[in-house]
Amino acid sequence: MPQVTTRHEMPTQDARERINNFKEVALGYDEETAVAEANRCLNCKKPKCMEGCPVEVPIPEFISLVKKRDFKGAIKKIKTKNSLPAVCGRVCPQENQCEKHCILGKKGEPVAIGRLERFVADYEMAHGGEPAEKQAPTGKRVAVVGSGPAGLTAAGDLAKMGHRVTIFEALHVPGGVLMYGIPEFRLPKDIVQGEIEKIKDLGVEIKTNYVIGKLDSIDELLAEGYDAVFIGTGAGLPYFMNIPGENLNGIYSANEFLTRTNLMKAYRFPEYLTPIKVGERVAVIGAGNVAMDAARTALRLGAKESYIVYRRSEKEMPARREEIEHAAEEGVKFALLTSPVEFHGDENGSLTAMTCIKYELGEPDASGRRRPVPVEGSEYEMKVDNVVLALGQGPNPLVPATTAGLELTKRGNIAADEETGATSKAGVFAGGDIVTGAATVIMAMGAGKKAARAIDEYLRNK
Amino acid sequence: MYKIVRKEVFSPAIKLFEVEAPKIAAKARAGQFFILRVNEKGERIPLTIADFNREAGTITTIFQEVGRTTKDMGRLNVGDCLADVVGPLGEPTTVKNFGRVICVGGGVGVAPIYPIARALKEAGNEVISIIGARSKELLFWEDKMAAVSDRLIVCTDDGSYGQKGFVTDAVKQVAEECEINRVWAIGPMPMMRAMAETTRPLGIKTIVSLNPIMVDGTGMCGACRVSVGGETKFACVDGPEFDAHLVDFDLAMRRLAYYKDEEKRAEAAGSCGNGGACGCHK
Repeated sequence: MPQVTTRHEMPTQDARERINNFKEVALGYDEETAVAEANRCLNCKKPKCMEGCPVEVPIPEFISLVKKRDFKGAIKKIKTKNSLPAVCGRVCPQENQCEKHCILGKKGEPVAIGRLERFVADYEMAHGGEPAEKQAPTGKRVAVVGSGPAGLTAAGDLAKMGHRVTIFEALHVPGGVLMYGIPEFRLPKDIVQGEIEKIKDLGVEIKTNYVIGKLDSIDELLAEGYDAVFIGTGAGLPYFMNIPGENLNGIYSANEFLTRTNLMKAYRFPEYLTPIKVGERVAVIGAGNVAMDAARTALRLGAKESYIVYRRSEKEMPARREEIEHAAEEGVKFALLTSPVEFHGDENGSLTAMTCIKYELGEPDASGRRRPVPVEGSEYEMKVDNVVLALGQGPNPLVPATTAGLELTKRGNIAADEETGATSKAGVFAGGDIVTGAATVIMAMGAGKKAARAIDEYLRNK
Repeated sequence: MYKIVRKEVFSPAIKLFEVEAPKIAAKARAGQFFILRVNEKGERIPLTIADFNREAGTITTIFQEVGRTTKDMGRLNVGDCLADVVGPLGEPTTVKNFGRVICVGGGVGVAPIYPIARALKEAGNEVISIIGARSKELLFWEDKMAAVSDRLIVCTDDGSYGQKGFVTDAVKQVAEECEINRVWAIGPMPMMRAMAETTRPLGIKTIVSLNPIMVDGTGMCGACRVSVGGETKFACVDGPEFDAHLVDFDLAMRRLAYYKDEEKRAEAAGSCGNGGACGCHK
């Protein structure tokens, strides 16, 4: 059989249709397409793809099972390493991970590993599956602080290793950024909760409405009998610009804008009681994935025009290519080499306009990206009803500030060993955005996995 | 789920809940608040912890029915549950012996000022408390406030009980009689602003507890941001207590009003979605 050089397309909702709803954009493979795509895999003896997967999914093995139509076997294989496959298959930047290393990518398109992972995870959701295998109970207890991708991964792995795990979550539902940050149209919330249910099936207990640093401190958890603690509290502190007018009504942090929409379901107001207000013209400041999510959300909430306003050029935009393309297809406009310097409001204190300045690119800075330099005298006014600030997030100080002896970095992140997640405090491990600063779901999951291994070793030697 | 173990109705719109929340009760300190969600479709709203009982494992809150969520709450009874209760949130009041202090509670502000007055009294302060309401029917906890105060002044705007006039008048009057080292004032935003303008010329340090719009209450969104001394602060983690003389009250009041149209729509929709046919949102 000749090798098919292009991957099988995944059907998506039409752009004109989808901006009127919050339903998932990408619709997923059916069985025939999944098997056909799996058949493209060469089952390499030394699979390069696995080098690109932070959670070590046995990729050729699960794809071989898909080829044989053993979808339940395939998901079981994935779950030996990955507790959130339905999430990863959807939101991982596979182009920079597993698929980047696929040998087929050299001459054609790589195997659509993410789409296959998604397919088998969804197959399990629809048809049921067996819980992952667990080792005998060790009698050790581990507290996991935060139920985002890092905490869920660590908890799932530790439970499989036989430890008793309790997750402490500050919000009323577990999932972290998977619930409040990533929109429903990219990652349906039922799917996230379905994955979390499977982690609970491993015996993991989740305590919601539990703010560590207020209800209990890390030290109290250790004193109460937890043998180890994993901190996965993420980067949930929004950055603001500190420019005039920033507190006018109508200016949201992306965290607030997305939390209202995703977690509180403000798009279904007043059936759900949390309101959100979106005018005709919305500007999102920033160009990462969070910015794309916010700009696309604004359209679905009824904005007639939604802008990405970014002070560098298209090439430097940190968002995934696919997200930028989806946003553009949906009609999001891009005001590049531009940034606001002041916001203006009416007599009620509501935003009406912003003064922007144009930028040009200078020499590369420490991050390797060309530094934006403001063009003198280029100020102009842009009428706008809402602004969403998507400038990135810092570490929430609540846990670091209430834990004695926990070493921090200059930026307030927890200092932890890259390979083990070990912190300066015995028995306390950390991973994900609280250590690295805002990164990706899969990086956080990788950190959770490494920390679980190190915690297991620590507990067995304790 | 968090069970309501006691309900008191002070007036048709002002009600008290004592709620089972043992962990919060064990940790709560004066000045802190919690966030609740009535049910699965509910919004998250902040309320002050007006009292806590560490032995019984309960916290007490007093709320005024001003919109959809508080009206939904008002219809709940003993034995009913709140879907979510999270706390204690915010920084506790700085409590030490300042000397002679005034604690002012306006309207439902009496609820949050009570644990502060009690803590200040326990710390050895001479506590003069001033509570006020529009009229007699809206007053509550006079007895509890008296029990933790060296002196209690009760005011009503219409003179139907206690002394006629605003709490600001009473503060001015007390400050003329004796030296005051610090004032705490909690109540509606206009009252706190008026208090700031009353004590500013007198040079008495005054603390207010701000009540901006909140969503998560843990510092992750900035919905509750306020301007204090020209700097942006998040009331949920940096406050809710701030130096009244540094707060930008105009900004805070404009931000509170942002969703007023939506608040009306939510109320009109009623909790059953029947648009009032069942009488649930009377």
